[in-house]
Amino acid sequence: MIEIKNLTKSFGSNLVWEDVSLTIEEGETLAVIGKSGSGKSVLMKHLNVLLYPDSGEVLIDGLNVFEIRYARLRKMRQQFGVLFQGAALFDSITAYENVAFPLRFFSDLSEKQIHERVMESLELVNLADIGTKSPAELSGGMRKRVGLARAIVMKPEYLLYDEPTSGLDPQTSDEINDLIISMADTLDITSIVITHDMHSVLRVADKVAFLDKQKLSWYGTVDELRVSDHPELKAFVKASEYTI
Amino acid sequence: MQLFVDVGRYCRLIYEAIRSSTEFSMYRKNIISEMIKTGYDSLPIIILAGFFTGAVMTIQTSYQLVAGFIPPSTIGAIVSQSLLIELAAVISALVLAGRVGARIATELGTMAVSEQIDALESMGFNSVTFLVMPRVLAGVLMFPVIYVAAAVAGIVGGLLASILTGSLTVADFMLGARQVFSPADVSFGVIKAFVFGYIITSISCFKGYFATGGAEGVGQATTQAAVLSCIYILVADFVLAFLLL
Repeated sequence: MIEIKNLTKSFGSNLVWEDVSLTIEEGETLAVIGKSGSGKSVLMKHLNVLLYPDSGEVLIDGLNVFEIRYARLRKMRQQFGVLFQGAALFDSITAYENVAFPLRFFSDLSEKQIHERVMESLELVNLADIGTKSPAELSGGMRKRVGLARAIVMKPEYLLYDEPTSGLDPQTSDEINDLIISMADTLDITSIVITHDMHSVLRVADKVAFLDKQKLSWYGTVDELRVSDHPELKAFVKASEYTI
Repeated sequence: MQLFVDVGRYCRLIYEAIRSSTEFSMYRKNIISEMIKTGYDSLPIIILAGFFTGAVMTIQTSYQLVAGFIPPSTIGAIVSQSLLIELAAVISALVLAGRVGARIATELGTMAVSEQIDALESMGFNSVTFLVMPRVLAGVLMFPVIYVAAAVAGIVGGLLASILTGSLTVADFMLGARQVFSPADVSFGVIKAFVFGYIITSISCFKGYFATGGAEGVGQATTQAAVLSCIYILVADFVLAFLLL
């Protein structure tokens, strides 16, 4: 379980958001939505401590991640798989090697076992035959799927998705949404999806957190979102040209 | 104010690199490839730069020392000692500030702005151990080798220039070189190369690692890495000469 308690973050004199508190239960999929610049990705980067807050806590299974030492933090980070906005694949190695990368350093698996795990991950994202290609040879959707395969290869407890459908066509976006649902169901992973794609939110999320006006403006289930009369949230949904 | 922030970040980066140097298994493979990129791949340009520096210096020294009472071997002495003490180390460092420094800053800068460094950290890697440590270590290990290559190429260039111009014989050149040769000069050059290697790789890693702002940010980081490396090479050259000669 992830608990975010009274989190406040600013960059210099620019306040990103303040006093953000929410809880993400085991196996749940939380979508964090908000306008560009509302600090969605900044919030995500606090969960695996790529950023530190001005104040507040993030508790992973009761442990405040901002207080642990770096060596332990690195272990803790391995509980998380992250799909970055641009996939963040290492462009000097092949797609296969990208997926195998964490296994080579953080597991005692033999080369045969690594191959099996990599193929298992690539098959989960429907890219079993992509291995020898370099990231530069892949389309945006393929890159995201390889990024997702790399994120799940270490069998993490939590998956963080940063704008998983941004820059993709509607069909590919739907494929990614299917994968997010499939990951949550088949691997029983707790997921946090950063997005402003309402179609994606309504398909994959159990709960929704809406960041607006430098605070957590609304938080509830998808069913509650459908009937919410929160003015900014309604305006955001309407602006995304999606009818609930 | 920004200067103090930068100095603090630089010191922290280097401290982290040194602190994590015991995690050898993390950067073992990287250090070999970095040594090849920094050292072996730089040899052609370094040999070329060293060769022509030695050749031009021989021609110019011959031109300046036209007085008949100065023995020709003096030219060999001046050229060889200048190469060993100063030119082989400084010329190769200035050339490699562009070649090696720009490469490192661009590589790390691109990784930083495309979130590849965040990806490494997210997987549980210490990105400084993985990216900075092997590059700096390869720099300090390979620059002395590069210095020796530049010095040898410079002396060969000087010899060939003396033959081509007929200003002095090979025997005169070698006589002068042998008369003034001192192992301390080579040690001084190696120390310089070691320091220059550290300056170029550490500054370039720092600029690349903290690059922000997309392609423009990477471009700025690369330019700053090359320019700052050149400035600090010249400053360090003066300080080392002042302290050690």
